[in-house]
Amino acid sequence: MFDKILIANRGEIACRVIKTARKMGIKTVAVYSDADKNALHVEMADEAIHIGPPPANQSYIVIDKVMEAVRASGAQAVHPGYGFLSENSKFAEALEAEGVAFIGPPKGAIEAMGDKITSKKIAQEADVSTVPGYMGLIEDAEEAVKISNEIGYPVMIKASAGGGGKGMRIAWTDDEAREGFQSSKNEAASSFGDDRIFIEKFVTQPRHIEIQVLCDTHGNGIYLNERECSIQRRNQKVVEEAPSPFLDEATRRAMGEQAVALAQAVDYASAGTVEFIVDGDKNFYFLEMNTRLQVEHPVTELITGVDLVEQMIRVAAGEKLSISQQDVKIDGWAIENRLYAEDPYRGFLPSIGRLTRYRPPQEVAAGPLLADGKWQGEAPEGATAVRNDTGVFEGGEISMYYDPMIAKLCTWAPTRAEAIEAMRVALDSFEVEGIGHNLPFLSAVMDHPKFISGDMTTAFIAEEYPDGFQGVTLDGDSLRRVAAAAAAMYRVAEIRRTRVSGRMDNHERKVGENWVVTLQGEAFAVTIDADKEGSTVTFDDGAKLRVTSDWTPGDSLARLDVGGAPLVLKVDKITAGYRLRSRGADLRVHVRTPRQAELAALMPEKQAADTSKLLLCPMPGMVVKLDVEAGQEVQEGQALCTIEAMKMENILRAERKGVVSRINAGAGDSLAVDDVIMEFE
Amino acid sequence: MKDILTELEERRGGARLGGGQKRIDAQHGRGKLTARERIELLLDEGSFEEFDMFVAHRCTDFGMEKQRPYGDGVVTGWGTINGRQVYVFSQDFTVLGGSVSATHAQKICKIMDMAMQNGAPVIGINDSGGARIQEGVDSLAGYGEVFQRNIEASGVVPQISVIMGPCAGGAVYSPAMTDFIFMVKDTSYMFVTGPDVVKTVTNEVVTAEELGGAATHTRKSSVADAAFENDVEALAEVRRLVDFLPLNNRSKPPVRPFFDDPGRLEQSLDTLVPENPNSPYDMKELISKMADEGDFYEIQGEFAKNILTGFIRLEGRTVGVVANQPMVLAGCLDIDSSRKAARFVRFCDCFDIPLLTLVDVPGFLPGTSQEYNGVIKHGAKLLFAYGEATVPKVTVITRKAYGGAYDVMSSKHLRGDLNYAWPTAEIAVMGAKGATEIIHRADLKDAEKIASHAADYEARFANPFVAAERGFIDEVIMPHSTRKRVARAFASLRNKRTERPWKKHDNIPL
Repeated sequence: MFDKILIANRGEIACRVIKTARKMGIKTVAVYSDADKNALHVEMADEAIHIGPPPANQSYIVIDKVMEAVRASGAQAVHPGYGFLSENSKFAEALEAEGVAFIGPPKGAIEAMGDKITSKKIAQEADVSTVPGYMGLIEDAEEAVKISNEIGYPVMIKASAGGGGKGMRIAWTDDEAREGFQSSKNEAASSFGDDRIFIEKFVTQPRHIEIQVLCDTHGNGIYLNERECSIQRRNQKVVEEAPSPFLDEATRRAMGEQAVALAQAVDYASAGTVEFIVDGDKNFYFLEMNTRLQVEHPVTELITGVDLVEQMIRVAAGEKLSISQQDVKIDGWAIENRLYAEDPYRGFLPSIGRLTRYRPPQEVAAGPLLADGKWQGEAPEGATAVRNDTGVFEGGEISMYYDPMIAKLCTWAPTRAEAIEAMRVALDSFEVEGIGHNLPFLSAVMDHPKFISGDMTTAFIAEEYPDGFQGVTLDGDSLRRVAAAAAAMYRVAEIRRTRVSGRMDNHERKVGENWVVTLQGEAFAVTIDADKEGSTVTFDDGAKLRVTSDWTPGDSLARLDVGGAPLVLKVDKITAGYRLRSRGADLRVHVRTPRQAELAALMPEKQAADTSKLLLCPMPGMVVKLDVEAGQEVQEGQALCTIEAMKMENILRAERKGVVSRINAGAGDSLAVDDVIMEFE
Repeated sequence: MKDILTELEERRGGARLGGGQKRIDAQHGRGKLTARERIELLLDEGSFEEFDMFVAHRCTDFGMEKQRPYGDGVVTGWGTINGRQVYVFSQDFTVLGGSVSATHAQKICKIMDMAMQNGAPVIGINDSGGARIQEGVDSLAGYGEVFQRNIEASGVVPQISVIMGPCAGGAVYSPAMTDFIFMVKDTSYMFVTGPDVVKTVTNEVVTAEELGGAATHTRKSSVADAAFENDVEALAEVRRLVDFLPLNNRSKPPVRPFFDDPGRLEQSLDTLVPENPNSPYDMKELISKMADEGDFYEIQGEFAKNILTGFIRLEGRTVGVVANQPMVLAGCLDIDSSRKAARFVRFCDCFDIPLLTLVDVPGFLPGTSQEYNGVIKHGAKLLFAYGEATVPKVTVITRKAYGGAYDVMSSKHLRGDLNYAWPTAEIAVMGAKGATEIIHRADLKDAEKIASHAADYEARFANPFVAAERGFIDEVIMPHSTRKRVARAFASLRNKRTERPWKKHDNIPL
């Protein structure tokens, strides 16, 4: 076994690898860019080597710099994590040349699977189910119809140079195929100057389900079941789970066996993932193979008890797999939610800045993968596990240079429903402040009926949130629970206010029992009957909710029991109430005496300021360039300026025709959210 | 007998109706509450004791003798805020437009006299059309009497003004002399001369809102200390402020039970100051992480944002905070920030509120506009205020403390009681680059030499240890333990006593 390994990565995955290495008694070397000088992975590793400036193309993905670090540290092996150099065969080659082990597959496997066409060919040869289609060029419409019939409808007619939906048609009948072929061809010719067309099976109700494989250098290969990753936003996975709620044992085995066959066809040795697209009838088709550790690997670990990083290290050290296919079980259910530094209320734009608060939920070991990562057999009844893979810490900085994913929160429980419930509570207890993040969106997904039923496709987010995410509206029952909690909390805080020094003896303020709670546009009149253990909140229709909690004024997280069920609230004080966040809802809750509420109702609703004549900066970033000048007339959709944030250039466009009256920012300026960039007449 | 009692009830009922239901409805229609409704929201439920309900004016000119409504346009009395006594007057716009007559003013003067005698704050709610013109000089005399009492009460009891409607002409000078002015957005304005007069005299066309609305006074003129969305929010926030303030200059600031461990460590503060000395960071994060329960009551938050002023509690006790804000103008001192902070420091010193100063100051803002407008005298206000303040003074230097601004910001030399520095502190005459260019003027053309000199200077002075060697810094502390260290520092100063030479009063450079 190795004495020392280098992790050619950053963030949560570097930390993840370090944890296992440490458990195995292996020393670790981290590499870091200028932006990561104080990062968690640097802190956790035994050694850390600086490899350059912040942009990844000047540090983390520069093979020479990483190789220098390898040499300087004397590491015997390198774990590449995911992304960066993980699927770069040149890097594997460079390591090989130095006699340093690559904790990943052989370079031949990387190369073979790295190319879409080659990998599909190899898959076909290995009898792996691929999307049926005709790769050759199609002469005319009649040939297109013939081929479509061979493949079976529906089919997708695609321009080979295509992209962005251009030159793409779906056909369900001969007529549609004929027509689709012609229009695709015309569109392809005009859009790309290349009218070559091909046809493949159109997969309906597609789900993204992938198989985890593990192979050693001795010809052994196993599959560790599947992961369902259908909840995606623009091909970026957001929620994953294992097992899939959709697969049956036969399909699972068929997919698993084909995945292993494919891996072995390319002499694969390490952990790898074979991605499939699965249609509504459980037909599955090979998509591609990822020759690395996958981001969502923890869910597999949680249901199988196998530490994949440990297995990768052992395989790289030449060990034989100690697990056979029979050993691989599915124990319970695991769900992963990816926490992104992306603001769901602003179209998921990246958000950067200082994490002024970062308090993940308490990690709890349960199920097959206990804290020591060893298989422990059956979990005790009712136990749920919480695991948070993270690369950040409170007071750390989310920079614009890297992936906006900052943590992977996983829960495990014996059943899917329990795992989802554990995730809801974990999300509610996860405190992240200082940056925009998708926690409320994740909460919303966890409560979505389609997700709960397991009936989802890769189009879930696009279909269910077509206009983006505006936060969750709580239903009547949840609203009452929050109202009861807020009233009980507010009363406690008001009583504390009356205990101030300097008050008039015998003329103290008496805090009353009757309150009106307003939230989400509704008002609840309640009476609070408090005793030492808690408060009984009675609504005006006679319904009662008992509220108990150890919350004290000033706590930013309230863990309550309301009506016998737990409720976790994020609490911020506002005038006469609280801002409460729970289950994806973000509520301004006011608690007032009946008289105060009566007077508050007289106050006019204020209209938000009209910003339609302003161009506001949608994210913190730097102005790269301005495309217009003051006095210029602009058309709807015309580029106005470019803002760079999170290594992305975002072009801001005119929403409507108008004339620029003033420009308040210049190239190179750093802007905050809602800074006014320009004004229109 | 019963008839007599009934008559009292009837008279009371009439008085409580102010200008009548129609005018009350009109007041509500403008998004404003009535004088009595405001008092209800300001005070603890059922605690209001009213005086002078039946006062009526004595004017007989211009037919005024025909309308002599009870109360004469102002409701006065006392009550409690969380059980602590306050005096209050609330002008009633529904009664003769809340205009100030001799008797109206007398009512205000009466409760101000009581407040002074009994040691309780005065809260004035302003909603008045101005002087009652029919009374002429009698009305002006009334204003004058109020002014004089504002002056006498200054530094004796806290005075708070809440502008909840018009406040124009001479009327503005009463709030102007109180300790805090709050306004309500869209429904209040203050100016000495209104838009019409402005147009006649200077040809400027300006709306009442632009001339004297809440935005103008919180952002531009700094006349107001904060603005709130509506009457309800404003009064709730005044209650919150009163919770921080002592009742008078003879009693201690209030203490209330707290649930926040004074020994709480905040590891994230260790990374608050960025690596790059020119990068900003938000000083508010330090304030809220130090404060009990993260509760910061900011004063003048919209004005001179390069300095922060406001109240927090440590161990349940009120502390006034003054802090440079590196997010704005690098946290420098200039005319506006010096004035803002000086007034705040003096308020705290008046009322025995200990002062916490958080320092990250690169110096005074250079430029002709600063010099021409008297930055010398305005900057001196803050220096003077700190130097004369005898309340417990604790200072934490987080990063830059350069030049004269270092001295100003509650340095040891101005009798700062305990001066701490973070390890990231740089206490020097100026930044390394500037200093090097002066000391090594001869090498100016040699970039390499200059860079090496700058590095030497930085190594020598870009730290808190030179100052610590001299005892100008009492201790270098870990950022994460700032709350604990500062709370203990103030605890050690609870019985602080100092003597000052006798004087009638000082002559602060106004």
